[in-house]
Amino acid sequence: MTMKEHSHYYVPESSWYPAWAALGIATMVYGLAVWLNDSKSGSENPTVFLFFTGFALLSAVLFAWYGKVIEENHQGLANAQLKQSYVWGMAWFIFSEIMFFAAFFGALLYSRNFVMAWLGGEGGKALTGDYLWPAFQAVWPIVENPDPLVFPNPGESMAPPPLSQWGSYLPFWNTVILLTSSVTVHMAHTALKNGFRDKLKLWLSITVILGVIFIFLQIEEYVHAYQELGLTLGTGIYGSTFFLLTGFHGFHVTLGTFILFVQLIRSFKGHFNREDQFGFEAASWYWHFVDVVWVFLFFFVYLY
Amino acid sequence: MNAVLESSHDAHHHGPVNTGLKRWLFTTNHKDIGTLYLWFSFSMFLIGGVLALIIRTELFQPGLQFIEPEFFNQMTTNHGLIMVFGAIMPAFVGLANWMVPLMVGAPDMALPRMNNLSFWILPFAFTMIISTLFMPGGGPNFGWTFYAPLSTTYAPDSVTFFIFAVHIMGASSIMGSINIIATILNMRAPGMTLMKMPLFVWTWLITAYLLLAVMPVLAGVVTMMLFDIHFGTSFFNAAGGGDPVMFQHIFWFFGHPEVYIMILPAFGVVSQIIPTFARKRLFGYDSMVYATSSIAFLSFIVWAHHMFTVGMPLAGQLFFMYATMIIAVPTGVKVFNWVSTMWQGSMTFETPMLFSIAFVILFTIGGFSGLMLAITPADYQYHDTYFVVAHFHYVLVPGALFSIIAAVYYWLPKWCGRMYDESLGKIHFWLSFIGVNVTFFPQHFSGLAGMPRRVPDYAMQFADFNMISSVGAFLFGFSQVFFLYVIIKAIKSGQPASDRVWEGAHGLEWTIASPAPYHTFTEPPVFDDSEVHS
Amino acid sequence: MLNKAQLFRNAAVCVSLAATWSLGADELNMRTGVTDISKAVYDLHMIMLWVCVIIGTVVFSAMFISMLLHRKSRGAIPATFHDSLKLEFAWTIIPMAILIALAIPATGTLIEMYDTGGEELSIEVRAYQWKWQYKYLDEDLNSTFSFFSNMSTPKDQIYNKEAKGEHYLLEVDNVLRIPTNRKVRFLITSEDVIHAWWVPDFGIKRDAVPGMLNDLWTLVNEPGTYRGQCTELCGKDHGFMPIVVEAMPEADYDAWYLKQVAAESARIEALSKTFSADELMLEGEKVYASFCASCHQLDGKGVPPVFPGLAGSSVAVGARDEHLRLVYEGVPGTSMAAFGKQLDAAQLAAVVHYERHAWGNNTDDITQPRDVINLFSAP
Ligand code: HEA
Ligand code: HEA
Ligand code: HEC
Ligand code: CUA
Ligand SMILES: [Cu+2]
Repeated sequence: MTMKEHSHYYVPESSWYPAWAALGIATMVYGLAVWLNDSKSGSENPTVFLFFTGFALLSAVLFAWYGKVIEENHQGLANAQLKQSYVWGMAWFIFSEIMFFAAFFGALLYSRNFVMAWLGGEGGKALTGDYLWPAFQAVWPIVENPDPLVFPNPGESMAPPPLSQWGSYLPFWNTVILLTSSVTVHMAHTALKNGFRDKLKLWLSITVILGVIFIFLQIEEYVHAYQELGLTLGTGIYGSTFFLLTGFHGFHVTLGTFILFVQLIRSFKGHFNREDQFGFEAASWYWHFVDVVWVFLFFFVYLY
Repeated sequence: MNAVLESSHDAHHHGPVNTGLKRWLFTTNHKDIGTLYLWFSFSMFLIGGVLALIIRTELFQPGLQFIEPEFFNQMTTNHGLIMVFGAIMPAFVGLANWMVPLMVGAPDMALPRMNNLSFWILPFAFTMIISTLFMPGGGPNFGWTFYAPLSTTYAPDSVTFFIFAVHIMGASSIMGSINIIATILNMRAPGMTLMKMPLFVWTWLITAYLLLAVMPVLAGVVTMMLFDIHFGTSFFNAAGGGDPVMFQHIFWFFGHPEVYIMILPAFGVVSQIIPTFARKRLFGYDSMVYATSSIAFLSFIVWAHHMFTVGMPLAGQLFFMYATMIIAVPTGVKVFNWVSTMWQGSMTFETPMLFSIAFVILFTIGGFSGLMLAITPADYQYHDTYFVVAHFHYVLVPGALFSIIAAVYYWLPKWCGRMYDESLGKIHFWLSFIGVNVTFFPQHFSGLAGMPRRVPDYAMQFADFNMISSVGAFLFGFSQVFFLYVIIKAIKSGQPASDRVWEGAHGLEWTIASPAPYHTFTEPPVFDDSEVHS
Repeated sequence: MLNKAQLFRNAAVCVSLAATWSLGADELNMRTGVTDISKAVYDLHMIMLWVCVIIGTVVFSAMFISMLLHRKSRGAIPATFHDSLKLEFAWTIIPMAILIALAIPATGTLIEMYDTGGEELSIEVRAYQWKWQYKYLDEDLNSTFSFFSNMSTPKDQIYNKEAKGEHYLLEVDNVLRIPTNRKVRFLITSEDVIHAWWVPDFGIKRDAVPGMLNDLWTLVNEPGTYRGQCTELCGKDHGFMPIVVEAMPEADYDAWYLKQVAAESARIEALSKTFSADELMLEGEKVYASFCASCHQLDGKGVPPVFPGLAGSSVAVGARDEHLRLVYEGVPGTSMAAFGKQLDAAQLAAVVHYERHAWGNNTDDITQPRDVINLFSAP
């Protein structure tokens, strides 16, 4: 415990943010549930008002909260130990995110390696396929579902073309973009640590732009999947795992880009210095995490 | 010791800045938040208990007398959900909030504002869950394990609310765990190395890791359900290449560690209390730490013992059977260490000690039935019968719940500066002890005789045991209302408590005043070995 | 005083445990069952139980002795020891050894249970909310004949309006019949949610998972009637889907089997017959009672809003073909199943006719098996 003499661990006396954030979250998810149920029952005008109210409330509170933390830091309230708490907090938060993705990777690997084989009449429970699904073939990506009447077949999958044609293979470029952005965010970090503020802004801007490009390409890819390949959420387990894995990843990229964008604004405002930059560092950790997830995605979802 | 007292004296001696409702809504104080968690947990316990009593009332006799099967299933489901997520887990988080900073000598939890958020989203989540019972089509009726496709294609509409409620509870647990980990790793008083931490702190550190690892997986699986229900995916539908059994694999990957989440902090509590009242250091501290870690590790590789009947390939069955059986070894180490702590001690039997001793005995009985369930061929006969219900109530009620009750008696004087009435405490103990056994012991018999669980009605041969069990349930339920009375009486008019409270107690929490001042350890105390592991 | 009470309780529990289980009283313990497997399982159960009782006795005795002797009120002075590597090793290794000793017979029994193959008869067991369908399969796993098995306990018994019978909740209209002394294989699956098929006396239990197939086998030595229940929560009537198996001497079974095969041809003939309105109502009422009433209720009032009433329902008094189609194809995403998979054309015709003329519904059409066939064989 390396505590400086007389530096107190700052404990805010009281705070209105969390309670309001809780109300925001609750309103938001309750509203989302109402919205989804309305849509499911075929309502023309689902109730969306609650969801957006909650979302707005939550965003506003988080904005104020985050601002307050920055302000306290500038007032010198955050001592080294408190900063260390933020470090632990962020690190273990990312760990929990990894476990969230692990659930979906697990689902992909399980359905691909076990379920598909069984339904296709192979492996430990081959009888399932032979007796119940005689027509089903165990080939990944699945383009012929066990029961196409219930889950229509996708036209095509996202499987990669031969290497020579990777030049026009979007996921490949997405990989390149994300990997590059990991480097650029690292450059920004190094620049910050060495006190090169201009380089910091430059590299960080590039990172944000790369993030935005990634998101655009990803949207492009979804449009392609839905409109040209006939691959949708409803076309069986291949589509289910594909869209949920890439979708949650895309969602995290969006969030990460936004967070980096906030850091960019802060660096233009002159925040951070050579010693004190955890806000930035946390954002870059998050970005690296999103990046590593993509590498796994690219391998398991597209290539493998 | 003196240094410690002094440093807590020159801390600003003021209380909360807000009063009334604002104090509780906006608080960042670990003690206030701990109190909120504990009261929340207790009210959930009463609600969950009332649902259990509805179940037991219907099962008092064969035939349908009070409620319809649809409603019965909703009762079973919500009883399980509310007890697990609403009563037991928040109670342990509440204890952690109160005690971890005091035990490691920290001024508060590491991230006080997030701490408040972790708590305040919980009441919303449970309001949502309970409100589903009043929605058209009814509330969740698919068991607390919500197996697909009963919980997806065949579920009532309210399942969407249930899913989001689970998301919120998960978020609460994750934030809570991050806070606990940061507090323990970052805020210990100088001199308190990891291997000198009180065991309650150790068990919570490990529990927090379990939570971090599995709550996101639970969030993942309910998200898949959400998409199967609303967006046409086929995770749990073989017609699209998915598999209903996949749901169970993911669920139990969460679910098994979850049951240890509910027992490891209990081990911690008991490891604090037994040495105090045996006036003897905890036997085998190091091995307790290693055993807890082993249990946590093993808990990740045994999940499919809940799924022996789903038809896994043989190799899988064998693996999960062996892995499950091994858990008996580290758990045994803990039991033996507790017994050795008592051995040649100088024991007194105040209420916390009584509950702790009952914990060791009855938890062990529950562990034994767990071990029997682990034997795959035998589990074919036990699975989904009341034998399982008996097993998990033995580890959960006289296990987790008794440890919570023991902890409340043990630390209440520190929290509010007043002693509970010892004879009332003893009465509470004996009523609970008898009640719990009368309720759940006969369930072993009805299970072995073949009574399935989650049924609103049963064949004639199970009638006697069900009647006994229902009588026991009311006795036990009544005893917990009595508990409420004992606690309120103590808070209102108990005798003032000394700082150390218990003769044999050691640890930083006993070096401060009773009741604990609103702010403690704003200056880190000096931790010396006289307060070490007891 | 305290210790005496606890000691007494401990002793009482041990004695009663030992006494009850060693007597093997039926209503207290697992049954031994009637197959080699169920007996092996019973033995495993008893070994486990005794191991636990013995370990428990040792551990709890140590606790009670300590509580008795090492109490402050008797002037006990606390010892100062708090560690012993030797002891820790001992109580790691000894339980480990015990567990290994337990795992060996358990593994053996499990391997035996997985030993499918060499069966003389295969039966498909298909679960529905809330009944079982049994299909007797030939060598190529094609169905020779099949039937449904519904709980036959009257509602009045369940609602305590009538005295409960001997086999309350454990009786069905059509029992599953199997021969003794022949290895029977069950192929288990489900049509809707997960159920589980369990006959305690055979020592077997397996989940019925929609879209997936599980198999398990049994070989029954003693003729008799054996009862079990669905053991996976499957919705409203989970508690009311019993299983009754009659194990018959081989010759009796063979005779019964031949009769069923003959009845099957008669059933197929009926599909081309024309029935009178009365015949249709009579047959329809029967089908309705066993297939539809669990949700839509005998009085046709349903359980709104979950299960719509059919008396006066716009479907039941609306266009006939739409009505037929709804029953045949079900309503996807609800518990209204596609009954085209469960009922043949004669039964479908009868039940639809019945619904259109019962409880005050009063359409002027008549529905024959051939109407059903024509409607659904059209491309
Ligand atoms: C606090 C919660 C808790 C705890 C601690 C445990 C502990 C254990 N549980 Fe339990 N369990 C549940 C909660 C818990 N369980 C719940 C809620 C369910 C049902 C879920 C549902 O379906 O709804 C369940 C169900 C369940 C099943 C599935 C049953 C079925 O559905 O068919 C199995 C099967 O293996 C099992 C096994 C075990 C084992 C081996 C342990 C072991 O950890 C026990 C170890 C302890 C001991 C063995 C006693 C002490 C040891 C000694 C004195 C040493 C010497 C002993 C020997 C060598 C024998 N449990
Ligand atoms: C986690 C902890 C936990 C706890 C503490 C309990 C406590 C109790 N449980 Fe448990 N139970 C579960 C977890 C728990 N349970 C789980 C996980 C399941 C599985 C669910 C599933 O199958 O999906 C289950 C299932 C379950 C069943 C099986 C239901 C079925 O299969 O259909 C039964 C049946 O007897 C039962 C009974 C009881 C009883 C009598 C208590 C008693 O201890 C309760 C004591 C009673 C009270 C505390 C009431 C006190 C209040 C009053 C007397 C009135 C006060 C009034 C007001 C305040 C207005 N429970
Ligand atoms: C497991 C429960 C269940 C069983 C058994 C069942 N039904 Fe249904 N039935 C439903 C549900 C639920 C609906 C409502 C579907 C919807 O949401 O449109 C329904 C709707 C109907 C309707 C349309 C009613 C209307 O007004 O919309 C008819 C007709 C019908 N069922 C006939 C039958 C017949 C005939 C049988 C037996 C052969 C049967 N049902 C068995 C659950 C069931
Ligand atoms: Cu079928 Cu339970
Ligand atoms: Cu488990």
